Amino acid sequence: MSGVRQNGIAAGRISPAALSENFSDAYPPFSAHEALVAADRCYFCYDAPCITACPTEIDIPLFIRQIQAGNPEGAAKTILKQNILGGMCARVCPTETLCEEACVREAAEGQPVDIGALQRFATDTVMDKGDHPFTRAEPTGKIVAVIGAGPAGLACAHRLAMHGHNVVVVDARKKPGGLNEYGIASYKTVNDFAQAEVEWLLKIGGIRIETGSELGKDYTLGEIREDYDAVFLGMGLSGVNDLGLEGADERVDDAVDFIATLRQTKDLAALPIGRRVVVIGGGMTAVDAAVQSKLLGAEDVTIVYRRGQERMSASEVEQDHATTSGVRIKCHAMPRRAVAGGVEFEYTEDGPDGLRGTGETFVLEADQVFRAIGQTYEGWHGKSVLELERGKIRVDLEGRTSLSGVWAGGDCAFGGEDLTVTAVAEGRDAAESINRALMG
Amino acid sequence: MADLSSDFIGIKSPNPFWLASAPPTDKEYNVRRAFDAGWGGVVWKTLGLDPHIVNVNGPRYGVVYGPDRKVIGINNIELITDRPLDVNLEEIKRVKRDYPDRAMVVSLMVPCEEVCWTEILAKVEDTGADGVELNFGCPHGMSERGMGASVGQVPEYIQMVTEWCKAATKMPVIVKLTPNISDIRYPARAAMAGGADAVSLINTVSSITSVNLDLMAPEPTIDGKGSHGGYCGPAVKPIALNMIAEIGRDPETANLPLSGIGGITTWRDAAEFIALGAGNVQVCTAAMVYGFKIVEEMKVGLSDWMDEKGYSSISDFKGLAVPNVTDWQYLNLNYVTKARIDQDACIKCGRCYAACEDTSHQAISMSAERTFEVIDEECVACNLCVNVCPVENCITMEKLSPGAVDLRTGETVVPDHGDWTTHPNNPTAVAAE
Ligand SMILES: Cc1cc2nc3c(=O)[nH]c(=O)nc-3n(C[C@H](O)[C@H](O)[C@H](O)COP(=O)(O)OP(=O)(O)OC[C@H]3O[C@@H](n4cnc5c(N)ncnc54)[C@H](O)[C@@H]3O)c2cc1C
Ligand SMILES: Cc1cc2nc3c(=O)[nH]c(=O)nc-3n(C[C@H](O)[C@H](O)[C@H](O)COP(=O)(O)O)c2cc1C
Ligand code: SF4
Repeated sequence: MSGVRQNGIAAGRISPAALSENFSDAYPPFSAHEALVAADRCYFCYDAPCITACPTEIDIPLFIRQIQAGNPEGAAKTILKQNILGGMCARVCPTETLCEEACVREAAEGQPVDIGALQRFATDTVMDKGDHPFTRAEPTGKIVAVIGAGPAGLACAHRLAMHGHNVVVVDARKKPGGLNEYGIASYKTVNDFAQAEVEWLLKIGGIRIETGSELGKDYTLGEIREDYDAVFLGMGLSGVNDLGLEGADERVDDAVDFIATLRQTKDLAALPIGRRVVVIGGGMTAVDAAVQSKLLGAEDVTIVYRRGQERMSASEVEQDHATTSGVRIKCHAMPRRAVAGGVEFEYTEDGPDGLRGTGETFVLEADQVFRAIGQTYEGWHGKSVLELERGKIRVDLEGRTSLSGVWAGGDCAFGGEDLTVTAVAEGRDAAESINRALMG
Repeated sequence: MADLSSDFIGIKSPNPFWLASAPPTDKEYNVRRAFDAGWGGVVWKTLGLDPHIVNVNGPRYGVVYGPDRKVIGINNIELITDRPLDVNLEEIKRVKRDYPDRAMVVSLMVPCEEVCWTEILAKVEDTGADGVELNFGCPHGMSERGMGASVGQVPEYIQMVTEWCKAATKMPVIVKLTPNISDIRYPARAAMAGGADAVSLINTVSSITSVNLDLMAPEPTIDGKGSHGGYCGPAVKPIALNMIAEIGRDPETANLPLSGIGGITTWRDAAEFIALGAGNVQVCTAAMVYGFKIVEEMKVGLSDWMDEKGYSSISDFKGLAVPNVTDWQYLNLNYVTKARIDQDACIKCGRCYAACEDTSHQAISMSAERTFEVIDEECVACNLCVNVCPVENCITMEKLSPGAVDLRTGETVVPDHGDWTTHPNNPTAVAAE
């Protein structure tokens, strides 16, 4: 018998129909009329605070006004010229902590202009038509290598191509897109949007993508520097933090791997999930792993976070999404050890020297445990050649690393939040710096 | 509870809200629904002579929208009734018989020949209707046939036709004026000279609402072409209010009863028309957009406001605003105000800054933390910042007391009235005594 109440880890807990309902668009797109009504709420602020709050500095009031005026294509161009992955960002940005937090209507009435959904409306309009609104400059004869086809690498490649350079993007994975393809929650990017967006982005021309090709294994940084006029590293974070759980780390699954598998599974009814799932962590990954476990049919899902809920790095909107999806969030508890049928936790409290255990423990029954306590930059064999800063690649304001001719951006580079939109901004700005260096 | 009952030139109705002559009053079925919904009276859709006219069979309306498809104005190319005269007359008679307490006024438009008017007036009198309204207003279709606005634009014709009608009937005669004229006082005076019991205004404003950029034709488009129509709804209210005021403060027509029309949508709009001298009001677009039920809001709203202000009947506040409508030259130039921004209410959108910096007097400063402050040395008190601020009462205009110094001019504010007529810069100024 399969079903929600079967113990252990099993596939097909709920019907295929329920699965496809669960994994459909969590925030369905605006109709044209809804977009107009939402756009009319924008005040067209002077020197608008939302622009400053956006890491890619999209001219938000301008694009919203273009929607108001019946020109969604123009709106899309306003967005995409700052942020070529504006379509993905419209879906995945935690707008509640970015542009929408800065919206003056948030201050005025606690109800910001729905910037994210409007951005999606505009970008969908052009992408659905297949239009690519940018063209390349005259060829420069220069060629740049981009390592990693995530948001940072793609944004960098597109901007370089626009400036007339040729670009080769290499990625260790089978498909391009980085965490857009392997990490972001399914219900934020339905209909294979990540791949559709990469295809659309490549319409600029001048970019070649080589997948299944890994820096450090298939070639060295030295070789690349030799063969190319410049190199951009956008490799993201490939390592994950361990829990250091007594006698049990092999019984704990990595949340990022789980999500990557889920994202690549065509038939979700075949994907096994525990009856009782415990996710340890407090960020976006923890929320996504927990919510998607629930959507797969897990009966009880609990996120356990070691500090108070207000310290969770997942935004309030994400926390609400988790709890309304039926996920329980338990705070002030840290895992101690694996016990038969579950995990033992110890309560915590904030002390003068930081967090400490109180000595009191409890056991959560669990068929499956995920860890989501952060990812790390692992680099590759030759990593010693690059200077690091707190474990990530040190870069200057333009994205230059300690090695000449090598730039870096996105999650693998130090500075900025680990968000899709930040990766795009850093990739784009590094491309501008590379262009200046090459053409200087 | 305030008494809303209305006696307009002897025509009684339980409230001052009438439906204007237009589609809502086109036939028995609609008018019965209107009376059941609570309207005080109707002006029946304009009657003409047989053979009745025909309307286009394509779209009749063009619309200007505000946010969320809120209708701001409608333009129409409909003509007068397109049903036989007898059918209309029978219906009017039946409805009036069944609703004796409601005002039943019949709108008329026939060719400019005395016999046409005499004939139709006799027939209308027969229905038991309370009065007639002469439609000298429609700007489209009928005007090209020498009727409607083409009469309303020539004061002599207005007077002549009004005289014919007054001679031919005992019913009160209302003359409906067109706004498509440069000075509304002339047609009003002509109607009065012709013996009109009242004038009603405004009819629709000649307009093209929009151009279809694919067809390269005005909208509404009939087989690739469009003609100008008549504009009405909230967008025309300011035009109507001014015309009502112009007639009300013209000594020649000061006592001429006025029926206010144009964009009336809520009780407040109605109260404003009445404050400017209207004895009652007529509504068309608001009913067409929202249905007859809106009259409930109008009645309750007006009554509540009258209670609050202590007005017990419509006549208590009718015309109270007229003496305060004056010419620019009499406005007090010694009345000095400055904009004031309430920092607690400010949401930091910066619209006041953009407006003042780009288009006015550079009188608002902006700090790095987005604090906006008025620079008194520059503020001319134009009020634009108040108008563009999305937060009501966040920016207000504060009056400088006599004795205070206006930092812009360096002059001390004086308590006395001083206007352009006595201003030293005015070449024709009369010396103050
Ligand atoms: C589960 C999860 C959910 C998330 N949800 C959100 C969200 O909702 N909103 C949001 O804004 N952010 C979210 N993030 C964060 C966001 O996905 C990242 O910040 C963003 O993808 C970083 O982009 P990047 O290009 O730097 O790296 P990545 O997207 O990680 O891409 C790096 C690419 O480099 C490749 N690569 C790595 N090493 C090598 C090598 N040696 N050789 C060749 N290729 C290599 C990888 O295969 C990968 O394709 C989420 C992250 C996770 C893990
Ligand atoms: C479709 C339509 C038809 C109209 N037909 C007439 C008419 O036959 N006779 C008339 O006197 N006014 C006619 N009018 C003008 C209205 O009676 C009224 O004067 C005008 O619409 C302004 O009022 P409002 O803003 O409340 O609509 C018509 C208006 C509309 C919208
Ligand atoms: S802050 Fe809000 S209201 Fe102002 S421009 Fe941005 S979206 Fe519009």
